[in-house]
Amino acid sequence: MKVALFIPCFVNELYPHVAMATAELLESYGVDVHYPLAQSCCGQPLSNNGDSQGACDAARRFTGIFKDYDYIVSPSGSCTSHVKHHYGWYLSGDSDYQAMQPRVYEIVEFLQDVLKIEKLPKPVYFPHTVSIHQSCHGLRELHHAAPSELMIPYHSRLERILQLVDGIEVKQPERRDECCGFGGTFSVDEPEVSVAMGEDRVAQHEATGAQYIVGADPSCLMHMGGIIRHRCRPIRPLHIVEILTGRGGAA
Amino acid sequence: MKNDNIHHAEAAAAFLQDREQARWHDSAIWWVRQKRDMQAKQLPEWEQLRELAQQIKAHTLSRLDDYLLQFQANAEKNGVTVHWAADADEHNRIVHGILAAGGVKKLVKSKSMLTEECGLNPYLEQHGIEVIDTDLGERIVQLRQEPPSHIVMPAIHLKKEQISELFHRELGTEAGNNDPTYLTHAARANLREHFLTADAGLTGVNFAIAETGGVVVCTNEGNADLGTALPPIHIASMGLEKIIPRLEHLGVFTRLLARSAIGSPITTYTSHFHRARPGGQMHIVIVDNGRSDILGNDDFYQSLRCIRCGACMNTCPVYRRSTGHSYSYIIPGPIGSTLGPSRDIKKHGSMAFACTTCGSCSNVCPVKINLHEQLVLQRKRAFDAGTLKPAKKMGLLAMRFLTQHPSLMDGGGKVMRKVVPIVPESLTRHSAWSRPGRALPEMPEQSFKEMWQARQKDKKA
Repeated sequence: MKVALFIPCFVNELYPHVAMATAELLESYGVDVHYPLAQSCCGQPLSNNGDSQGACDAARRFTGIFKDYDYIVSPSGSCTSHVKHHYGWYLSGDSDYQAMQPRVYEIVEFLQDVLKIEKLPKPVYFPHTVSIHQSCHGLRELHHAAPSELMIPYHSRLERILQLVDGIEVKQPERRDECCGFGGTFSVDEPEVSVAMGEDRVAQHEATGAQYIVGADPSCLMHMGGIIRHRCRPIRPLHIVEILTGRGGAA
Repeated sequence: MKNDNIHHAEAAAAFLQDREQARWHDSAIWWVRQKRDMQAKQLPEWEQLRELAQQIKAHTLSRLDDYLLQFQANAEKNGVTVHWAADADEHNRIVHGILAAGGVKKLVKSKSMLTEECGLNPYLEQHGIEVIDTDLGERIVQLRQEPPSHIVMPAIHLKKEQISELFHRELGTEAGNNDPTYLTHAARANLREHFLTADAGLTGVNFAIAETGGVVVCTNEGNADLGTALPPIHIASMGLEKIIPRLEHLGVFTRLLARSAIGSPITTYTSHFHRARPGGQMHIVIVDNGRSDILGNDDFYQSLRCIRCGACMNTCPVYRRSTGHSYSYIIPGPIGSTLGPSRDIKKHGSMAFACTTCGSCSNVCPVKINLHEQLVLQRKRAFDAGTLKPAKKMGLLAMRFLTQHPSLMDGGGKVMRKVVPIVPESLTRHSAWSRPGRALPEMPEQSFKEMWQARQKDKKA
């Protein structure tokens, strides 16, 4: 099984340890992991700002680079969702894209649905309280959990996979799936609203008594992390793969 | 009327200066979202209802011309006069014509976002007709001479203390008496006087039923009923998308409407109007005002399914932290942020960007409009219309270029990682990222690409 890592541009520069944890986690399940060096940005910032030409070029470029792998796996729900659900706006009749689209996975989805893992590669003991940060695109576009707005049975991928970790206590913040306020370029187009939302979100995570905010989207964690650092708060954002590899808290 | 020059980000930043008021606004409206959840949860068929409502609306929009003509024929059979208005001006002229012919001096109005959209009040006032809004929230914002900040709760941005002050000034209530019951009674007494002395009543329309030619108006205060029962002339103004085919479809929508809007099982009054009372007149004005253009647009026609419940506003984390007054179009929040830009992308382009694309609006919408996707699609129109600020446009074009040239992107990333840590904080703290209280990320030594390449080399060695 040839799996290509799709590492979002900002993760490549700012969160290399999250990308490395993703690679190592996959390798420890015996997956043949490749990292296509030609990759750049999936084009979501262009798409979300109305640059359809730029977004279309990015989508075409991405498809050319990744189409021949068995699976494409990423540690970012939002970027995965852009490729999986919004490339269709730009590549509607493209047969390469249509063939690739079902093979694009966010890492937790890939572990659960393709590898169907029942245990972690090595036992992980993480004796801390974590508050789940369910990202919006992971939630409402990738369906990682039951959104609070929909009257459907409750489920949560992140909670389910964290059950494989020993000693961990998992909490949900009040308003369990309210947006953190990052929103890509929204964070700098509307910085006051963005930070106001982020401050409220961090406070809700803190109120659970957790030491860590755990999520599967590095962009939400980056935004909340900036607010936490500015306010010198003790709670720490942590990507879920860092816990699953047993590295959590060390980074 | 609303000021078209409002830029959402700037207006929201001004609103957030008073964090205490902003927090109160957020939690007051979140409470309505929670009440909606509690009501929706009690119906095991909630998601089926949403799907059914969506299908009925989609079907209706697919043959809207037929249903509109059927509605007109049936309304006329009932003795109602039906008028067609291509735009806001024509609507206002028609309403004024009816009032002038009837010698009307005073008009009582129940809640109608359409008349806000058309700017009816200032038009009639210029023509010497007194207009009294009779929905309590609408009356409050009318007395304050400001637009509604929410389509269902027009005065939700105000605290009772502010209303007490307003009523003391305008209605002569006791200074400093903030008791909501006292204030409501004062408004009621004042409005009762106007109901009794009005010459005509105007209502909005929640649903117009093609099969019967009747219109349905949902209120919680009974003001539409009093406003149509006392004066001899009733005018109902409706957007042409308000049609539903048959009476049996109405229940699907009334079950969704009040639960979605305010978290109650049904509105206190669901009033059906079919004909004028003996000796009176009933007029229905069907308004297009840009709706046909939306209907013809593949990306946005779904927005015409909207039943104006306001649930998308209540759930929107940006709306709750910025108030309706931060949006340039008369309808704020997610639905307004597609309807406004559809009307005029140059005036209302900033609204499409007042959104993190969290998608909560699309999930609460009782008629399943793909709201957050529509906002992203409106941004494409904003980009193409040249409404983006030059610096932002340049940034995007640079991003577009770097995306195609990863080695330059890697080089840029490396420079960023080396430079940011040595730039003094006094320089970065005024950046849009840091200004409101958010530190820059820590910069790692190596990118993942560098780490990966080193690792592959080690493996080979």
